[in-house]
Amino acid sequence: MLKRIANMGLPLVGIALALVAWWAASRYVPDLPSPLRTWEESKLYILEPLAKRGEMDQGIVLLAYYSLLRVARGFLLGIAIATPLGFLLGVSPALTRMFDPIMQILRPISPLAWLPLGLVIFQQSEPAALFAIAVCSMWPTVINTMMGVRSIPQDYWNVAKVLRLSRTTTFLRIIVPATLPYMFTGYRLSLGIAWLVIVASEMLTGTPGVGGFLWQEYNSLVYAHILLAIVTIGLIGFTLDRLMAMAEHKLRAV
Amino acid sequence: MAFLDARDLSKSFPSGTGTRHVLRRVSLSVEAGEFVSIVGAMGSGKSTLLSLLAGLTTPDSGEIRVAGEPLTGIRPDAAYVFQNYSLLPWFSALENVRLAVGAAFPDLSRDEQRAKARETLERVGLGNALARRPAQLSGGMRQRVALARAFATHPRVLFLDEPFGALDALTRETLQQDLAEMCRSDRSDRSDRSDRSDRSDRSDRSDRSDRSDRSDRSDRSDRSDRLIGENVNVSNVSNVSNDSNDSNDSNDSPGVTTIMITNSVEEAILLSDRIIPILPGPPATLGSPILVDLPHPRSASQLAHDEQATQVRAHVVATLTAALKRPALSSTHQTGATVGRAWSGSPARP
Repeated sequence: MLKRIANMGLPLVGIALALVAWWAASRYVPDLPSPLRTWEESKLYILEPLAKRGEMDQGIVLLAYYSLLRVARGFLLGIAIATPLGFLLGVSPALTRMFDPIMQILRPISPLAWLPLGLVIFQQSEPAALFAIAVCSMWPTVINTMMGVRSIPQDYWNVAKVLRLSRTTTFLRIIVPATLPYMFTGYRLSLGIAWLVIVASEMLTGTPGVGGFLWQEYNSLVYAHILLAIVTIGLIGFTLDRLMAMAEHKLRAV
Repeated sequence: MAFLDARDLSKSFPSGTGTRHVLRRVSLSVEAGEFVSIVGAMGSGKSTLLSLLAGLTTPDSGEIRVAGEPLTGIRPDAAYVFQNYSLLPWFSALENVRLAVGAAFPDLSRDEQRAKARETLERVGLGNALARRPAQLSGGMRQRVALARAFATHPRVLFLDEPFGALDALTRETLQQDLAEMCRSDRSDRSDRSDRSDRSDRSDRSDRSDRSDRSDRSDRSDRSDRLIGENVNVSNVSNVSNDSNDSNDSNDSPGVTTIMITNSVEEAILLSDRIIPILPGPPATLGSPILVDLPHPRSASQLAHDEQATQVRAHVVATLTAALKRPALSSTHQTGATVGRAWSGSPARP
């Protein structure tokens, strides 16, 4: 019983302490709004989450929805490229040797660097944002899928060999199920990165969404809304990660 | 000619600085329908030999012929049971077996494949565990699924890689009996050639569109050749007479030919027609085969007191322990020849 109270209560204490730290900081930094002031200035956005007053002046859920939609598209594009690539690299050591250096070079490039290139290529902000999300978020999926294929136990390959399964059957019935848990770890990490990239790309392209909103409110000197956007981004990122972790766990349990 | 004939097999693997010669000039032959056990200590090269005979790996040198043709890979009419079950954990017991049935009989509908898989699982006493995943099955049950997977495709050759090595003693014993039972019933199934369903299986098998087709067909023409030689009415050589001929052909309607490797002498005596000791090297070599001319069904308790079983046991154990004491090289050279010489004549059929 005591343990359950502690399990429930301790996270709340942690949050409370963070709010205290925030409040303390706001007393020394003149432009930083306190938690209470942030709430006062933001409650319109939270209490009317679906209101649409202008391009950027919208309820927080609506803004989050735009961002999520963009992330979903970029993320799906990314894993649609990354998953087959991961399978190919996992099956062929030669391909891995061929592409490993280029992958290692492309992987650490920041979304802020990809976005202008996307704008140059596509001439429009939306496809450029999707491009940046896809290119940045695909690597964990490529690498995890590749590792997943490589770590398929020899036993399963032997089964395929002994039963003389066709290539298609081997792929669908052995390689894919054996790799699935690794793939989902990749998807989870990729989604995390995609969500990081969305804010940067919305800020740079000025498109409506949580990131765009954040940047605009900074420019309009409404600092409380920056904090509102930050908290929203954090909560959504956390939720996405939980959901993916649950899916991953389900697969591992098999 | 023997059903499976291996001549002068050598196999080595790269290891660290040099190469490890696991097998050198190993020869053996196995008659159709025979149950042969290769018995030896752990790490003696048994598994390497078995995977060569099954076509899972290729020898560095030497030749293997099965049913008269050179072995080029895993045969479509072969089945393999692994020590560690090797079931696919994401499929139910039924689906694990169905997968094998589907690969062997692609022309059957999914439902027919499933029915066949269910029937085989029922034969090994798993009728009420069809939907369970391997993780929900005990070790013994898992190995039963693996046996069902092997038998469901009606193999002509069965390779068993220490099939009961990972099981506790009691489970091991019941499974050994089950295996003996399945091999025997397979034998009588085949002699009972009027069985319709069995015949349709056969034609399914030959309907396969891949390489397996050719081997089956040449096998068949082989039979017809012999048939002509035997002065049987030639006009009768059609598909149907081929089937009935199948049993005449080798006069005792051989069931599945089985090659098992094991480290248990008891297990070998219980199941085999012939025991071949493998003498640890490296490189490993084979000792002279020892005939186990005991009636079936055998039981462990009966064998414990049987005089001939005791002799066989003493012989095998003596051969194996002598090899352990002796420096490896002394037994290296003659063995290939020894096996060939010692083994002439047909296997004892109970």
